[in-house]
Amino acid sequence: MSAPPSATGELERTVDHAAAAARFVADDAKAHWHDQALWWVRKKRDAASAAVPDWEALRDAAAGLKAHTLSRLGDYLDEFARNAEARGAHVHFARDAAEHNAIVHGILQERGITRLVKSKSMLTEECHLNPYLEARGVTVTDTDLGERIVQLRHEPPSHIVLPAIHLKKEEIGELFHRELGTAEGASDPKVLTEAARQHLRQRFLEAEAGLTGVNFAIAETGGVVVCTNEGNADMGSTLPRVHIACMGVEKLVPRREDLAVFLRLLARSATGQPVTTYTTHFHGPRPDGELHIVVVDNGRSRQLADPVFRRSLSCIRCGACMNTCPVFRRSGGYSYGYIVPGPIGSILGPARDPAGHRTLPFASSLCGSCSDVCPVRIDLHHELWAWRKELVKRGLLPWRKRAAMKLAGAVLRFAWLYRLAGWVARRLVPALPRRLAYGRWNAWGRQRELPPMPRQTFRQLYRSHRDRS
Amino acid sequence: MLTVGLFIPCYIEQLYPEVGLATVRVLERHGVRVEYPEDQTCCGQPMSNTGCTEEARPLAEKFLRLFRGYEHVVAPSGSCVSMVRNHYDGFLAGQPGFDHLKRSTWELCEFLVDVLKLPRLEGAFPHKVGLHQSCHGLRELRLGSGSERRVAPFNKVQLLLSELRGLQLVELARQDECCGFGGTFAVQEEAVSCMMGRDRLADHERAGAEIVTGVDMSCLMHLDGLIRRERRPLQVLHVAQLLDRAEAAA
Ligand code: SF4
Repeated sequence: MSAPPSATGELERTVDHAAAAARFVADDAKAHWHDQALWWVRKKRDAASAAVPDWEALRDAAAGLKAHTLSRLGDYLDEFARNAEARGAHVHFARDAAEHNAIVHGILQERGITRLVKSKSMLTEECHLNPYLEARGVTVTDTDLGERIVQLRHEPPSHIVLPAIHLKKEEIGELFHRELGTAEGASDPKVLTEAARQHLRQRFLEAEAGLTGVNFAIAETGGVVVCTNEGNADMGSTLPRVHIACMGVEKLVPRREDLAVFLRLLARSATGQPVTTYTTHFHGPRPDGELHIVVVDNGRSRQLADPVFRRSLSCIRCGACMNTCPVFRRSGGYSYGYIVPGPIGSILGPARDPAGHRTLPFASSLCGSCSDVCPVRIDLHHELWAWRKELVKRGLLPWRKRAAMKLAGAVLRFAWLYRLAGWVARRLVPALPRRLAYGRWNAWGRQRELPPMPRQTFRQLYRSHRDRS
Repeated sequence: MLTVGLFIPCYIEQLYPEVGLATVRVLERHGVRVEYPEDQTCCGQPMSNTGCTEEARPLAEKFLRLFRGYEHVVAPSGSCVSMVRNHYDGFLAGQPGFDHLKRSTWELCEFLVDVLKLPRLEGAFPHKVGLHQSCHGLRELRLGSGSERRVAPFNKVQLLLSELRGLQLVELARQDECCGFGGTFAVQEEAVSCMMGRDRLADHERAGAEIVTGVDMSCLMHLDGLIRRERRPLQVLHVAQLLDRAEAAA
């Protein structure tokens, strides 16, 4: 992939993570800055989680709750819809992204609404809602500061919690100078934030409908819960008369008290805050307004039916696996070429489009930090590993790699052949002129020396050791 | 006398034979009889990690055949032991002897601490040492508590090192960040892999380490490749070699 996916929502077909990552790494200062910024969030997360007694037990509880909910998702969805409707909300079900977009557009169209404010929702990113609506004459304004920044740059978010983390404040200053008329060269975050606030206030006042994502939906009460740090979801859902809340089917929790588990984990894992600044519960529309809840499947029931990848459906989109991932920190979100980047995105992306995202499960050293950081205990690095297997099964591993592994497998089956191959390599490599040994073919040797080539193998050393003693 | 089957990963057999020999000497010094089944080759991890399960299967079967007779199997490698313990089920579940093999295949330090119930090491190693916690040792074998988890802190490798006279363990800013080796990841994602390695080394350097040690020679091979290319003032030493030298000096 050569450029970030465009705002029209069209991702380039085949993502080459390694190549995109190499370009990111080439700007050493920026890559290190990105790494440091996210590591700082990871450290905040560590401190926040350390302040909670029984953090690990809390993770167990969350994982258990999710597993339980997913095991009877149909029942809980029914219960949720019944209760939400009883409170006066309209519940719409969408099978896929196209249906979701059509439903949202339908609601707006029927009411002649052309100005929509949106608070952060990864689901609408997944469905490419913005370009869909804009093509139909609706002005869509993302109201989360980071989201607004990337929207003005015609880029998708590069991180699910910190959508503009790939940008430095100077770059944002330039953008605001161009788009919002701030002074040239102004890059003080305070000044920029104030400019964005004024600009967004105008949009809030003009909006006829507000769209939000959903962090949790409660089956027992029919309510939806939205967590933001900027209060923009609250502005967007209280100023206009119409509130549309979009959620994936996996957002359900059975009871209101289950929230206690997830809300404690979410903010701490995401940003290291003890709790998100604004956590708003919507139970039915406001007195003179309308609340529409759009519940989307878009491939989730397929994921649910798969015993290996089912657990990844528990994801609460905290972004902790991205912040901890040593590869994400150094390759940036765009290198993944998928709406959700990082470890979890490398599982969800291939599920959507295995061929297009076949490099993602390999964009990991399988260090396992993601699995240990995940508040709902998704076995991320094992699922990445399982995806690799799956890609081979589907014939999607590049033939060179496949051939290399076949050859290695064949050699290693026979101890004599393995010894012979080892002998040849250990004699051949040191004999090669440096230019050949470190030729283009040798990706190891571009920045690293090859290991030493000893004269004797362990077997030989062991034999003489044994004979001596 | 306790007899163990010695499992020497392919790249140690071929490229770092001294690490294998140091393992033998450390074990023997603690009264363990070592047997090395010569027909062994590789645990199958490179194929398995690339998704090529069918290429790994015969190697898992071979492993079971060669090692099932031993009370314990010991290897100087966290990631190869993890392969046996965490990934062989798919090939060998239900086969005679597998359950025992899985439970009794140990990484060297783990074996010293959990089975031999050391440390009571007599040894001296008067150097500043940085411990590179290889990811598979840390997060798959749980040789240490890991910085992500909120559990009572423990670290089996550190426990052993702290027994050695004169050894000064340096404090890293990122205790257990991955070095970027990751098997075929090291070549597939060469750019990120090397950046990770350099960052890892910089952390050790800033902390004042002279020597970087760890339980996985593969991580150290990658770091050493960078050290030698960039002539950095560091040296890598597998923990088996370090223990061997320390004990020999005592
Ligand atoms: S996979 Fe886990 S850590 Fe990653 S975003 Fe989802 S919940 Fe958070």
